Amino acid sequence: MTAAHAPAELLIATVAEMLDGLGHVAVGAQSPIPGSAALLARARLGGALRVSMLGSEAHSPFTDGGRELFDCAAQGRIDAFFLGGGQIDGQGNINLVGIGDYPDTKVRFPGSFGSAYLYFLVPRVILFREEHTARVLVPRVDFISAPGVSEPDVYRRGGPHALVTGRCVFDFDKERERFRLRSVHPGHDAAEIRENTGFDYDEPDTVPETPAPDAETLALLRGRVAAEVAERYPAFAARVFGNEVAA
Amino acid sequence: MADLYTSVDDLAARIPDGAKVALAPDYSGCSMVTVRALIARGAKGLHLVGVPSVGFQGDMLIGAGCVATLEAAAVTLEEYGPAPRFTAAIKAGTLKMIDGTCPAIHAGLQAAEKGIPYMPVRGIVGSDLLAHRDDWTTGRDPFGEEDGPIALVKAIRPDVTLIHAPLADRNGNVWIGVRREMMVMAHASKQTFVTVEEIHDGDLLADPMMAPGTIPGLYVSTLAEAANGAWPVGLFGRYPGDDAHLRDYLERARTDAGFAGYLDEFVFAPKAAE
Repeated sequence: MTAAHAPAELLIATVAEMLDGLGHVAVGAQSPIPGSAALLARARLGGALRVSMLGSEAHSPFTDGGRELFDCAAQGRIDAFFLGGGQIDGQGNINLVGIGDYPDTKVRFPGSFGSAYLYFLVPRVILFREEHTARVLVPRVDFISAPGVSEPDVYRRGGPHALVTGRCVFDFDKERERFRLRSVHPGHDAAEIRENTGFDYDEPDTVPETPAPDAETLALLRGRVAAEVAERYPAFAARVFGNEVAA
Repeated sequence: MADLYTSVDDLAARIPDGAKVALAPDYSGCSMVTVRALIARGAKGLHLVGVPSVGFQGDMLIGAGCVATLEAAAVTLEEYGPAPRFTAAIKAGTLKMIDGTCPAIHAGLQAAEKGIPYMPVRGIVGSDLLAHRDDWTTGRDPFGEEDGPIALVKAIRPDVTLIHAPLADRNGNVWIGVRREMMVMAHASKQTFVTVEEIHDGDLLADPMMAPGTIPGLYVSTLAEAANGAWPVGLFGRYPGDDAHLRDYLERARTDAGFAGYLDEFVFAPKAAE
């Protein structure tokens, strides 16, 4: 028996499941859903998970400036991070720079941020992009901000773990260097995923449905997590959880 | 040391056209008051370095035609969406963009603060960023402990670091708290120009609670007192961004005419009235 939930709540709960058993999750800029997921995982685990949210005064432990997160990742102190992409391709390459022939891009994105580094160093990078269209999920990105896979002689202990979209969850198969459809969200189906995905991927004979959050998870999400995430993302918390926006 | 302090306009006048200027991101210390003074004086050909990204400072300076080159890991107005004047300049081909990644910018500045020519950085190999950078390459571990390629990034030595901070004392010591990217910027730059919310009576370095978060005056060239100097962006620990104003900026900066109207109202008209 599952309670009614908003689409964003399903995504948060789905990402939170992927953080079970980890010690330290970092969340970058502009990541309200991954940030909420990390806070949900922390709330569930009774504080056993450390969450470092960039740009937050309440949930950031760093005291050595902008470089500390990156140094921390290189030391192996961060277990999971989230990246998105204006384009993401079937090998897990992500493009945060622009569409077209760089530098003469037709559409310009903000830039690569720390992706070209963290993708190599954080063991579990969860790709998150709510828009699931053939425009975003392409056969080959126009610009590789950060590659999904590397040659064997390149120092790399991190990379793509999964890709969560507004329609489904893909796992990344490091051996085959491609995605595999894990589950489709309620209300969506495998044929629709195939139609809206620009890259090829593997698919099981029967595709399960992404589990909906249970009542206990929703209560935690709408209570403690909503209050915590509102510090960093007040507009998001107001829209999804109905938090009152502080004046 | 009274001549350490000057006016904001004089501080902006001391940043020459064509200078390589390091700026902090919106969540750190942004001297928006000096950005307006640079636009008012018609600064040209600046080479901005975002440490590691730029926000409203970059978008406004680019829109006003002050910038030839931008080196940054990203241009981001965070939840306000894409930076409109940056996007327009890229489309028009009027801005040379040097795309980087956050840790490489931090590492380039760290090389400069150590006085060495380059710094190795993890990751990056296989990114298209590397292929477009003539100041990045790859090398091998000279000690032979690792076999594979490692990225090497050239030192970044800005002419000027321009920042806004909560406090400075009369000796030119500037308190930045935990926003220590500004410490690295000051170490790495030839000169550091700072606007501050208020002048602190007493010696920041003599206070053991304040000293660890203080840029020593030996790195600081010039200061100006400017209450609310980060406005309309926020200042850590002091005040949040002016949400209504920033939304209004976004709306107006979508078009050339709208942006020109914004500059008239908030940059040129206030100067004319002085």
